Amino acid sequence: MSSVTAAPAGASTGHSREGQARQAGAAVRRTAIAAPAIRLRGGRVLFEGTALFDGIALDLPAGRTTCLLGPSGVGKSSLLRVVAGLLAPEPGATLAADDGMPLAGRIAYMAQTDLLLPWLDVLANATLGARLRRDPAAHAAARQRAAGLLQEVGLGERLAARPATLSGGMRQRVALVRTLVEDRPVVLMDEPFGALDAISRLQLQDLAARLLAGRTVLLVTHDPLEAARMGHRIHVMAGAPATLDAALELPAAPPRDVADPMVLATQAELLRRLAEATAA
Amino acid sequence: MTLLRPVLVAVALIALWEAVVWLGGVPHYILPPPSIVAQEFVGRGDLLAEHAAWTLIEIAAGLVLGVALGGATALAMARFGRLRAWGMPLMVISQAVPVFAIAPLLVLWLGYGLASKIAMATLVIFFPIASAFYDGLRRVDPGWLDLARMMDAPPLSVLLRIRLPAALPAFASGVRVAAAVAPIGAIIGEWVGASAGLGYLMMQQLARGQTALAFAALVVLCVIGVALYFLADALLRRAMPWVPHAA
Ligand SMILES: Nc1ncnc2c1ncn2[C@@H]1O[C@H](COP(=O)(O)OP(=O)(O)OP(=O)(O)O)[C@@H](O)[C@H]1O
Ligand SMILES: [Mg+2]
Repeated sequence: MSSVTAAPAGASTGHSREGQARQAGAAVRRTAIAAPAIRLRGGRVLFEGTALFDGIALDLPAGRTTCLLGPSGVGKSSLLRVVAGLLAPEPGATLAADDGMPLAGRIAYMAQTDLLLPWLDVLANATLGARLRRDPAAHAAARQRAAGLLQEVGLGERLAARPATLSGGMRQRVALVRTLVEDRPVVLMDEPFGALDAISRLQLQDLAARLLAGRTVLLVTHDPLEAARMGHRIHVMAGAPATLDAALELPAAPPRDVADPMVLATQAELLRRLAEATAA
Repeated sequence: MTLLRPVLVAVALIALWEAVVWLGGVPHYILPPPSIVAQEFVGRGDLLAEHAAWTLIEIAAGLVLGVALGGATALAMARFGRLRAWGMPLMVISQAVPVFAIAPLLVLWLGYGLASKIAMATLVIFFPIASAFYDGLRRVDPGWLDLARMMDAPPLSVLLRIRLPAALPAFASGVRVAAAVAPIGAIIGEWVGASAGLGYLMMQQLARGQTALAFAALVVLCVIGVALYFLADALLRRAMPWVPHAA
């Protein structure tokens, strides 16, 4: 609990843009920078000649969580991978942060599969970033933080376990911790709670919402309730080529209570939009 | 159970062999029966052990060198694109040259001693290791590479901490093949020109009509081959506890 660090400096206190730019300097130091807003325009991705989406626009407001729902196969993961820089869109697209600095090095990424390395134990998997960057000091800090978070997600007793000995939900929790340990201002998550039972899902949403506060987040999910609890803005993606509808905007801070009438109304509205999207 | 089955098969084959020789009246200089071959182990055990030691040294040195060179080559090709472009054709060409054809050259260059045999063994081991390991290094879950990229992992780190461990099972297949072919290199080298070793002993005894002793040498070679395979397999399993093994 105590190991959980606060949101990136400056995000919640509303530092001026000039202040942030001055702070940044030449070298991009991730934790020293506030979460930027991200803007994608003209995103066009072709698979085997057909457009998955064609000229899509997406805004991720600074320090806010944007949720993305949509039928299976519509292109949510692909859109997330475009924002991550892992999938190159056709020429003509623009993807940029509003602070004018490169996005590379500022994004934590959680893929749809857990991508745990089978030869590393739980703790080593959760601290993979620091291990790969070969920074001993950061590694020690990451271990501290990871151990605390693993405790919080109920894996405190399994730090030395190999991924093969874990259930699907446990593996997903390790992947979640690995993403949060990266401690980056921008976080992209692809169905992070999909493998969990209903109750742990709610618990992990609470945990994640707390740790994601102040960061710029894109959260892909199939669960309208999750979107209604976690999202400041919620898009439904539909069609071929896929487009985004006008976002539902929710004012209250996440995580919102499941019994909150506004959450339930949002869930109902999202289900309606999803049904429409699927029927189309 | 896993041990029992091959033993049973071996016993049945030996019995069949013995029966064929006695019932068929095959002359012993053409095909000695197992019982006579067994007598050679008792009578000429010292001689067999002495020559087996030479061959073992050749095989062991060839394995160490071949695995080290093959492994290093695969890692270097995975790390440096330019090396891959030049190295791959070279590797294929090196493999296209028949080992039998270069054996006399190696003996000419390196002499009748150990060096030419070790070079032969290294040569036949190098390729299965290098190609299997390189394949494994390249065929890594692209999701892991994406993850590493998002974590700003330097290329060397990706190679050593993701590609290398992910390629270990492929490397292990290479080592198993290498353990099986290693004796071939050493024996061919001995046939071409040597003054010791099991291959040399076989040639010498066959020329003198001492077929039973030649067979005994062959048996020792088989035992060495099988022992090498199982030793390699056991070591590799221990090194990769996360890889599931068929029972
Ligand atoms: N590398 C690829 N090559 C070819 N087609 C691809 C590739 N990746 C994705 N696709 C196709 O693009 C479409 C969208 O895939 P994507 O993974 O983005 O969907 P999704 O909305 O995330 O679906 P789900 O909810 O099932 O995860 C699918 O039809 C898929 O077959
Ligand atoms: Mg997806």
